Amino acid sequence: MANELKVTIDGMEFSAQPGQTILEVARANGVFIPTLCHLQGTTNVGACRVCVVEVENARSLVASCAMPVSDGMVVKTDTPKVKSAQRMVVELLWASGDHNCLTCEKNGDCTLQDLVYHFEIEKPRFPMTSPGVLQDDTNEMIFRDLNKCILCGRCVRACNEVQVNEILDFAQRGSKAKVGPAFGMNYIDSDCYFCGECADVCPTGAITFKAARFAGRPWETRKVATTCTYCGVGCQISLHTHKGKVVKVSGKELHRQPNFGSLCVKGRFGFEFIHDPSRLTKPLIRREKGGALEEASWDEAYSFSGKKYQEVIKSGSSAVAGLASARCTNEENYLFQKFIRAGAGTNNVDHCARL
Amino acid sequence: MAGLAAAFGSGAMTNSIEEFEVADVILATGTNTTENHPVIASRIKRAVKSGKTKLIVVDPRKIDLVKYAAIWLRQRPGTDVAVFNGMMRYIIKENLHAKEYVETRTENFEALQACLEKYTPEYVEKISGVPASDLIKAARMYAEAPKGSIAYCMGITQHTTGADNVKTIANLAMLCGNVGIEGGGVNPLRGQNNVQGACDMGCLPNVYTGYQQVANADARAKFAKAWGRELSDKPGLTIMEMMEGAHKGEIKAMFIMGENPMVSDPDLDHVGASLKKLDLLVVQDIFLTETAQLADVVLPAASFAEKDGTFSNTERRVQMVRKAVNPPGLAKPDWQILAEMSTACGYPQSYNSAEEIFTEIATLTPSYAGITYQRIKNVGIQWPCPNAEHQGTKFLHKDSFSRGKGLFHAIGFIEPAELPDEEYPFCLTTGRVLYHYHTGTMSRRSKGLVQRYPESLVEINEVDANKLNVLDGDMLMLNSRRGTVSAKAWITDRVAPGVVFMNFHFDEALVNKITNPALDPVGKIPEYKVCAVSVQRAG
Ligand code: SF4
Ligand code: SF4
Ligand code: SF4
Repeated sequence: MANELKVTIDGMEFSAQPGQTILEVARANGVFIPTLCHLQGTTNVGACRVCVVEVENARSLVASCAMPVSDGMVVKTDTPKVKSAQRMVVELLWASGDHNCLTCEKNGDCTLQDLVYHFEIEKPRFPMTSPGVLQDDTNEMIFRDLNKCILCGRCVRACNEVQVNEILDFAQRGSKAKVGPAFGMNYIDSDCYFCGECADVCPTGAITFKAARFAGRPWETRKVATTCTYCGVGCQISLHTHKGKVVKVSGKELHRQPNFGSLCVKGRFGFEFIHDPSRLTKPLIRREKGGALEEASWDEAYSFSGKKYQEVIKSGSSAVAGLASARCTNEENYLFQKFIRAGAGTNNVDHCARL
Repeated sequence: MAGLAAAFGSGAMTNSIEEFEVADVILATGTNTTENHPVIASRIKRAVKSGKTKLIVVDPRKIDLVKYAAIWLRQRPGTDVAVFNGMMRYIIKENLHAKEYVETRTENFEALQACLEKYTPEYVEKISGVPASDLIKAARMYAEAPKGSIAYCMGITQHTTGADNVKTIANLAMLCGNVGIEGGGVNPLRGQNNVQGACDMGCLPNVYTGYQQVANADARAKFAKAWGRELSDKPGLTIMEMMEGAHKGEIKAMFIMGENPMVSDPDLDHVGASLKKLDLLVVQDIFLTETAQLADVVLPAASFAEKDGTFSNTERRVQMVRKAVNPPGLAKPDWQILAEMSTACGYPQSYNSAEEIFTEIATLTPSYAGITYQRIKNVGIQWPCPNAEHQGTKFLHKDSFSRGKGLFHAIGFIEPAELPDEEYPFCLTTGRVLYHYHTGTMSRRSKGLVQRYPESLVEINEVDANKLNVLDGDMLMLNSRRGTVSAKAWITDRVAPGVVFMNFHFDEALVNKITNPALDPVGKIPEYKVCAVSVQRAG
């Protein structure tokens, strides 16, 4: 690279590109700097100041997420001064809310909790004050408890800069500051599209997924990477399962093509059909024309179909037709047309995507 | 997709989703992207907000994307060809087209040029209602962009002139040299998760996997050898023709996997009558759908969360589907059911895993040949991917089109099959809403989605609502020559006066009972986007 820069972090020299931030260079080289408000792909606001580092010749500590590197820059991430500043930030944030991890959905998957542990803070030195905000439990998808909000603004940036749904914003300032839809509305009364991005990026338990509440701790759930079953974007999603049930869908674990962690309301919240009691669980056959559909074993269903099929095929291959599915997998669609083409001997195969 | 294949030689999205963010201009037409492909819409909105990209929306409805558009052309439903012909005529007249590209990479330009002559901005305004000055502005903006991308969806294809509409869009893109470049292209956004894959896998009457023609003797011989059976060289029937055949008693047995034509087809009564005449109807699905209720045999299938396999997304990316939970009761993955059913019908098949089937697909399909489960473990690969070293293809037609030269089609404007008249004075157009999907079998079983959008709504303009003395939430009755549906009114400027919009997700308000089953002669797609109705307050 023509204009590669040299940066020293904690005594190690790394090469960097112009425009990269200190945080980016550190992360790219495996140097840990704690962050809370930083959200990849959005404006670096440097608001929470938990990512501060020492830069040689700078007058005060700098927020590494917002500071671009320059050639020859010397950075220290682990001096006592840095550590105590970072620790202070975490301590103040902890004290500013109602962080009762015992029942919090984020327990075990919370950045604030991780940092409290990281800095070995047993108890904040400041009095713990819950803001006493009402919880928003008015909709079936997203649960909000702003008493756990650390005002990092990630949800606001996710909603405005990633999804560009432009619902969330900060309201008021100082100790009364709050994030949410305009006019302090609940989600359900606002124009929210329920993409769920805000909940996915919230580092604490302030915005969580309703269906996942009390449905399994993060360490008890299994996460399976798969592809959304709704539209043709094919978002990469993570199905969180607990006791054989899907309890949550998230995107953030899979920051990759084609959706880079973003989902929409269908992919995010449209999974309940999987465990709907009206799912078909047994083969059904109509033993008499005009009769009712009755339960049968797989063997009976196959032999019943096979027998009728043999009668039909006597009048020629072209008496058979098949409709495959834009819902099913490639493997299934392949087998389907193979069955119709090679098995029945006709090209009468189509699917419903014309509709 | 037939329209695109005719122009370029291949019927898929030419470019990639991420390229919307590097386009200079995006022309979105017949796609309500924020509701149907929300994650793509976010990309488009991000591109616009960054200031690098300008958006042109051509749509009869004031969809949410209009908020981000530099120009919005609100054409009368079904007049797309006139609008795009008008843009092209202006572009050529002003010498804004990509002359070298047209000369070296395309053919039949003269025929196109001749047919465009009469589409003056004024003439187009008369047909479509789009002001001449806006048309000119949009034409300039698209033609002057170094990289112009066109995105479209069912708003373009679900017309009796669907294939014409697509060819016209292809004309416009080629005219400005926008096909075969990064950030450009003609991009049909696929509505369902694996439409692309179902087509790629040969679930079409005239092609095997990877669009290898059944009429081609070499292709037929290859598949006959692999499958161990003689194969027919006669292209099969399309879905609408199958229904017709069943009605006449020529089709006697049908297998339907995971589809519900009893809700999605136009003219539903006819479909029901046809399916009832079959000697054998086998349906495999996850729910007892309206179609399954008519079946002789219903087989319980696994949902996407209960099986392994792959889906191919709208940008040709083959991606993994993985089993997360067990299917309920005795339900099984469709691939297992198919192998067993095939065996029961005298053509034995057996596979141990979905992966084994995929390997067979790759050996028979040049565009999938280089793809394996191992390679797409983390990130999917975009076909064509001809060999194990190939990284996949981000955009198509780079140095030449799949068919060699890009083919211009000279296409004149034709009115929709049914126009409003005295008896049926409104134009009904149909589509989807954000919170639901297709026939609602999945989305309507999710509490949150139902809470947000609990019942079907008819979008109607305030001007019409006032004339009919209708308030928000009043029950409306819509009549067409084919039937009647009722649903609540939503008074909104999303639709123009004289136009009403309804979705097709709710079986209590089956809009396809009244839509026009008239088909596009090429694509055999029904005209869901335009029919004539009368509107009254119910009760
Ligand atoms: S769910 Fe989506 S639209 Fe709603 S507030 Fe969160 S990010 Fe914004
Ligand atoms: S709700 Fe969560 S993401 Fe939003 S500001 Fe509060 S802590 Fe940050
Ligand atoms: S999450 Fe939404 S946008 Fe993504 S594939 Fe699913 S339905 Fe489409």
